[in-house]
Amino acid sequence: MPEDLGIGESGLDWIDASGEFADIVLSTRVRLARNIQGHPFGVRARPHDRIRVNERMRELLPRVVPLRGARILEIPEMSARERALLLERRLASRELVGEKGNRAPAPGSALVLAPGASVSVMLNEEDHLRLQTLFSGLRVQEAWSVLDAMDDAVGAEVPYAFHPEFGFLTSCPTNVGTGLRASVLLHLPALVLTKEIGRVLQGISQVGLTFRGLYGEGSEVVGNFFQLSNQTTLGKSEEDLVDHLDRMVRQVIQYEQKARGVLLRDAASVTEDKIWRAYGLLRYARSLSFEEFMNLLSGVRLGVSLKLLPGLRVYSLNELMIYTQPAHLEEAAGRELAPAESEAHRAAYVRRVLAAEPVRTSEEGGGDSAAPEPAD
Amino acid sequence: MVCDNCGSGEPVIHLTQIVNNEVKTLHLCEACGAEQGLQPTSAPENPALTDFLAQMGEEGGAGGVSVSGSTASENCDFCGLTMKSFRDSGRLGCPHCWEAFRPQLRGLVRRIHGSTRHVGKVYLSPDAAPADIEARVEGLRRKIERAIELEDFEQAARLRDEIRALEQGGDEVVDA
Ligand SMILES: [Zn+2]
Ligand SMILES: [Zn+2]
Repeated sequence: MPEDLGIGESGLDWIDASGEFADIVLSTRVRLARNIQGHPFGVRARPHDRIRVNERMRELLPRVVPLRGARILEIPEMSARERALLLERRLASRELVGEKGNRAPAPGSALVLAPGASVSVMLNEEDHLRLQTLFSGLRVQEAWSVLDAMDDAVGAEVPYAFHPEFGFLTSCPTNVGTGLRASVLLHLPALVLTKEIGRVLQGISQVGLTFRGLYGEGSEVVGNFFQLSNQTTLGKSEEDLVDHLDRMVRQVIQYEQKARGVLLRDAASVTEDKIWRAYGLLRYARSLSFEEFMNLLSGVRLGVSLKLLPGLRVYSLNELMIYTQPAHLEEAAGRELAPAESEAHRAAYVRRVLAAEPVRTSEEGGGDSAAPEPAD
Repeated sequence: MVCDNCGSGEPVIHLTQIVNNEVKTLHLCEACGAEQGLQPTSAPENPALTDFLAQMGEEGGAGGVSVSGSTASENCDFCGLTMKSFRDSGRLGCPHCWEAFRPQLRGLVRRIHGSTRHVGKVYLSPDAAPADIEARVEGLRRKIERAIELEDFEQAARLRDEIRALEQGGDEVVDA
């Protein structure tokens, strides 16, 4: 009996801009890689192995406390667009939905999505289980403690593969031990504009963290978003890994804030102009590529953060980022969109959201220059 | 979008680097990536694993993979994975692989993580032995200290209850 697989608006709690530093930190994610004793995984798991794991887990997981009432989305039963929606909402990985190398999704792949959806489990990804939490803003500690409790609850029911020396056993040796990867998605435009970003990221990689840019359609780093995460998973406790990331992220935020201070002090008019131009383009453009949109959104996000665009909420910016992605635009249109159409739909959606949230400008009488005197 | 190296292939590898204080991204097709010893990964999480594996291959190849007299297995009894296919894919096939290839994996894991010993959470399987329970209790004590440091007294109380239940050999407090 095919169930309703429509994912509606589910799994989007993490964009609500509720966490600490939500203007700079888009989201905090923590995941644990777990495998079950007695089952081959990843490369060695044959279709019937994967299906056995799936059947065992789909029966058990929705009974475990943090996942009570969870929906199970069987990936192979979903349409290509639905799978892309999961990917664009960052709930599933490319590996899980079969996008990697354009494979069809492998049998037994599933996403277990809790009602609030800040917790979910990927089934039969590279490891049998990927338990994950995804929160808005900087909430590393909270994300970890929710995940820790879920892990205890699941592990009490299913025998995990655990080794006294190596810890939790994983398919890839880079995940073994704690199986923990915590990552924070940061918006760092001022560090990029002041060309300090290289130094900061170099420092980051010297203290056991890795970073990567957020990509558009698999190509350029767009929108000045950077993801920071722990590099190693073994030899430190979960708490140490999480605390360390939290501390380092706070430091990066301080650098970003300092760089913003420098921009406002030394280049106020240029910065302000950049922000208002970005806003103007987004407000009135008739066609936007995803890359162009993301780069303009970065300027607007900076403006909101600096309180130069009063009236516009961070939440709306997060919402824009999600719903302007290709599969989301198609979902809203109810049909496939050719690239040019997609760009037109994107621009129309952006205009609608921005029109609904008018920015209050400080100037009187429809003037054409920003209120403050030019800085230099 | 085409490969930065050959200008024709479709890029599947995106390498973010810092060059002269600027973040640059290099886009390579699969073939050009392979030439540089890179393979496409969906995750950012496999820091140059292929490099590690290549090194491991050298060590294992020339000198033979015997470690202190014990000859390491060439494949896993349970899932049949061979050392060669592990080197190719970088992925293990089942929990038993970790025992079958333990000597090689220990060296690899040290290079990746700078350590070979898990010091995090101690897992207690549903049919745990007494020694495991002690280790688990030890881990929970560390967590209590941390919870108190963070003034999360609710969490500390929950952990204390769990320790009590474990020490009395009673049921676990899972559904709390
Ligand atoms: Zn190429
Ligand atoms: Zn095996």
